[in-house]
Order: sequence, then structure tokens, then C-alpha cells
Amino acid sequence: MKLAAADFKSKAATNLANPSLQRALTRLQERFVGARAKALAELPAVAPLRDAAADIRAHTLENLDHYLTQFEQRVQESGGKVHWASDATAVNRILLDIARAYGVRRVAKSKSMVTEECAVNEALGAAGIDVVETDLGEYILQLANEPPSHIVAPVVHKNKEEIADLFAQHHQRPRQTGIPELCREAREILRPKFLAADMGISGANFLIAETGSALIVTNEGNGRLCTTLPRVHVAITGIEKVVPTLEDVSLLLRLLPRSATGQSITNYVSVLTGPKRAGDLDGPEHFHVILVDNGRSHLLGSELQPMLRCIRCGACMNHCPVYQNIGGHAYGWVYPGPMGVVLTPSLAGMSGTIDLPNASTFCGACADVCPVKIPLPDLMRALRTRQWQGQMRSRGERLGLAIWAAMAMRPRLYALATRVAARLLQLMAGRRQSIKVLPLGGGWTRVRDLPAPAGRTFRDLYAERHTRQINRPQEDHSPFAVSPSAKRGQHRASEQRHK
Amino acid sequence: MKDDRATVLDRIRSASGRRAARLDRASNTAALPKIEGDLAARFAERAVLLSSDVVGPLAEADAPRAVADYLRSRHLPLDAVCWPALATLHWRASGIETSARAARGDDLVGITGAFCGIAETGTLLLLSGDQTPATVSLLPETHVALLPAKRLVARMEDAWSLLRREHRAPPRAVNFVSGPSRTADIEQTVTLGAHGPYRVLIVLTN
Repeated sequence: MKLAAADFKSKAATNLANPSLQRALTRLQERFVGARAKALAELPAVAPLRDAAADIRAHTLENLDHYLTQFEQRVQESGGKVHWASDATAVNRILLDIARAYGVRRVAKSKSMVTEECAVNEALGAAGIDVVETDLGEYILQLANEPPSHIVAPVVHKNKEEIADLFAQHHQRPRQTGIPELCREAREILRPKFLAADMGISGANFLIAETGSALIVTNEGNGRLCTTLPRVHVAITGIEKVVPTLEDVSLLLRLLPRSATGQSITNYVSVLTGPKRAGDLDGPEHFHVILVDNGRSHLLGSELQPMLRCIRCGACMNHCPVYQNIGGHAYGWVYPGPMGVVLTPSLAGMSGTIDLPNASTFCGACADVCPVKIPLPDLMRALRTRQWQGQMRSRGERLGLAIWAAMAMRPRLYALATRVAARLLQLMAGRRQSIKVLPLGGGWTRVRDLPAPAGRTFRDLYAERHTRQINRPQEDHSPFAVSPSAKRGQHRASEQRHK
Repeated sequence: MKDDRATVLDRIRSASGRRAARLDRASNTAALPKIEGDLAARFAERAVLLSSDVVGPLAEADAPRAVADYLRSRHLPLDAVCWPALATLHWRASGIETSARAARGDDLVGITGAFCGIAETGTLLLLSGDQTPATVSLLPETHVALLPAKRLVARMEDAWSLLRREHRAPPRAVNFVSGPSRTADIEQTVTLGAHGPYRVLIVLTN
């Protein structure tokens, strides 16, 4: 998929003004956030499970070469073949070689974000091979010629009316708008395509080193069909997806569907090991796995390594106030939301993704809900630091930060400047005690007023209260203890009306 | 020119400082939920939550009649594709015509057994094999699974122990099935019956 993250801000603005998308995003948030909380609540203890899940992923990444070569050997022993792809070009070259070797003309594909990364459909199409996406969401997007906007619910941005229009246009059938009817129609259109496919392409949610298996979870059953009916099955997935044992994957599976869709288990969990055995009545004759690097190994050994623990549940985006408001397409590549703003610059490069690590309020909700405890805000901060060090931020921003840094390192000057600034802002605010126009702060005051500062700076208040408390030792020593009157003041401030 | 395998492995190894693997790990079994009490009751309760239909436990010889009753009550066809492993049951006496083979695209009812059932989630575990084709639980609109109650285990981990005890290596496909196929891709509204079965009947046998 082509990177299109450079116009993040303008896309975000467009999406904020799109009422149909806003309704869809509200629905996504209502369903997924509540369902996740409910599904996790049925577990006796979540914290130890998340700790164990994070440990499994971290341990595997620490020994990635060991587990990948073990996986490769087990795949060979069960009659399959492993291919290594350093980048997207290699993925498509290997895939086309496999397709040619078996005379493949038709491909049925199950949802895979790695294949979106590598633009596999375009490469197969250019070689004259017919590809059909079979996950309902991905199929709709293929008809609409659009990228996914969510890694779990790819077509969250479309409503059923738009989908009904697409089906009527492409299926030459009477338009129907009931959701069960639309699902039935897609089933009837796609069933013959499964049966006719020569090759099935899937991703893999996990690779299991001890058995050489690819594990795939799907609710629709399309993943099972793609990996059972065609003569050839190719699983394409990232090198970081390997885990040591069947028991490890079982533990992770308690968290993946709960975090993703709020299910205690995904409908179909398939552990696939090698091709059809002698005597088997069904199953593919050929089993291939393509292990994709495509930038992942560059994260190893860096402060961004924890990002490779990700199991692609999408909980971070479902809970992100930025994603919830702008949707997935604004992020301009395969991976949106908090995991995307870390992964996209890491895999696709820092240039052209300058806004992504900044598309966060640092509220920390993403890290709170991550089943493998990826410290996403810390990773965004690391990327922001890299942008700063690489002088990639705008000249105005760099100048502003340099001035601030110079002041922050001179405490007296800083105290004086903040005192002056507080007075100045208070004067500007006038009797209404709110500022409607602020030089250099138009982005803020265009949509809301800035409340006037209290007149005295934090440092002054801190110093005063600290002195008072030393004189009255029986009270709370913390200079941050909030007095009843200060509490009322906070309450008023939070009630400031938007313009 | 280095091939891609060498390139990728070299990148990984240089990131880890080319040290030997450290495979020691603390056990994490304490983190797993404990599943106690009557496994059959827990299994049935969870399976129903996943929209499976559950009958039994009943004698295996009575299973064909229970299946026929279910199919008739829902006005479903009495022709079924069936695992060769189950072909010897008295299906015809209950009015069900079975074909023992892998499923085709137009089969409407599929009858399978199961390797075991998992009480924690109400999940069936099916292994592919020459007597147990994977398509029978997948292509038909109705999937009927016969599950002996003595083959119930508490958790997925226990199913792996059972598999390790009874098989040298995993078969081509280990499929965990947790109710009818479903999708929520359109407006996050759950709809049963996507590409796989619309309904799953689990017959627990003694």
C-alpha cells in the first residue's frame, strides 16, 4: 500500500466534518469498548495474564532467530516450505514464483494486513492472476477500491446503505439493505470463488515454533475455506508473529479476541501444520509460509522493540480519542491509531509520516488497554525525539522549543518570564476573564477560549504553600494537597464553555 | 549477493549482539484461569452463549434420533455428509441419509465427531484426517457434532496435553470451533452464518 500520511492534518479535518463517518466511529466505540470490558471482566484476573502475555512476546523477540529457525525446520519436517522476504518486493517475487510453479490463475484471500503492506493484490493482478478478498469487510473494500480503515473492522467507515449500493452495482442483483440479506448475498457470490480458487492466501495471527504451525483466527470461516479448499496455501506474515509453544499461543488467545471484539474466543481458531497428509480427504497439497521482515528487524535492539510484541487486536485504536474522532484513513497507511503512529514511521520511514507520532494527546488509554503492555506513549515520545534530533520539525517549532529550553535552564529568568506572561494574559483577558484571540495560538482560540491565568504563577503558589506547611506540621506535608477553595476553582475552570 | 534468509537472520542476530539463545523462562500457569466443577455443565453453558445448540448427554446409539429430531424441528434437510469415522451409526433408521466423504459446496448438513471439547469456552476441537475431513464442519449450512462427555477437558492447554498423548505430531489442521460462523463487518452488527455454518448442534454422548 502506498504511504499517504503526509496530509494527515487535512484528512483529519475532512473526517471531523464528515457526519456519516462520525456516526460510524461512535458506533465502533460503543460496541468495541463495552464488549472488551465485559469480556475481560469474566476472567478471574487480567493483570497476571497480561504480564504473562507480554513476557511471552518479549521472550520470543529476545530469541527471535532461534524460534524462527526452529519454526522453519518444523515446517520442512511436516512437508511445507518457508520463504524469507526482506521487503515487500521480495514477498511479491516469492509469491509470484509459487503461483507460476503451480499454474495458479485464481486466488482466494483471507484478511491480512501484511499483504496490504506489501500490495500483494496489485502484484498478483499485474501478473494476470484473479484475486478475491473473502473477509466480508475486505471484499466490500475490494469492490469500492478503498484501503481498510481499521485492522479488525476494515469497513467500519461505511454504512449499510453504501454497501447495498456497491453490491447492487457489482452483483447485478436487486438492491437489498438488510444486514443479514447483504451477508447472505456475499456468501452466495463468494462460495463459488472459494471452490474455484487454485491458491489460498492467508496471514497468520501466530506462528508456533515447536510444531511449525500457522495459526489463523476468523469469525466468518473464510480463513478456513481459503486454507482448506485450494490446492495451494500460502501464509504470509511478519517475522515477529512467532511464539514458542502451543501453550503460549493458548494464553495469548485468551486476550486477543477479548481485546479485539469482546469475544471470549474467536469462532474459528485453526492451527495449520504442513500440507494434506497421505489418505486425507481434503486440505491443500502444498503449504508455504512467507516470513516478512519489511522493516521489522530495524526495530529490534532499539527502544522501539516493544512495538513488535503487538498482536494486532486493535484495542488501542478503539480506545484512542484521536482515532475515535478522525477514523483510520487519516493515518494514510495500513495501520491506524496508536499502534499505527508508532509502526508506520518505523516500517515506512520517518519522512512523510511527520505528523503521526504527534497524533496523540498522551492520555495513555492505549497503553492501559494493550494486552501485551506495549508502552505506546513512550514509543511515540521516542519517535518525537528522533524527529527533533533529526531536525525534521518545522523551523518555527524548533525555534520555539529552543527558546523554551534556554529559559527552562535558567530558573530565575524562567520565574520572571512566567510571572510577566501570567500578568500579560490576565490583562488580555480583561473583565470576561477569557482570551478569545492569542498571537501564535490561533489553533487553540479558533475553537475555544483560553481561560485567564489566576494571576500568580505555580512557582509562587508552591513556594508560599510550602512555607505555610512547614509552619503547621500536623497537616499534609505535600505541597500539592488541594484546599477546598482551590478545588472549587478547578471545577469552575473545567466548566469553561467552548465557543 | 546474500539471499533474503541470510539478510533477515543477519539483521536479527546483529540486533541481539549475536549471543546464544536464552530459553529459560518462569512458568506462567499460575496466570491461567482455573476451571473447576462439572465440565459438561460448564461446556454446555458456554457453548450456548456462543450460539451453539446443545443436547444430551445421551447414549451414542440415540444420537441419530436426536439429530433427526433437531433437523425436522427446524425444517432442515435429512440428507447429510458425514465423517467416515461415524458412518457406522444407525443414521438411516432415524431417517437421515448420510454420505461418508469430504463435503462439497452444496451439502446442507454436515455430521462430525470431535477430538475433544473445551469447557472454559464451550469450544469443539476437530482434527483433520482420513476419517475426519475438515470440510464437513465448514461447508454445510448446518454442522452437527457428536461429542462424548468423557472427551471434555477444562482448557485449551489440556487439549494440547491430550493431543500430545494420543498423537505423535499435530495433523494438518487442528480446528477449534466455537459456534456458527458470524460476521460483524457491516455496522458492527453480529450476523450468524457468514461463510461457514448458520447453526451448530452439539450432541453430548455418554
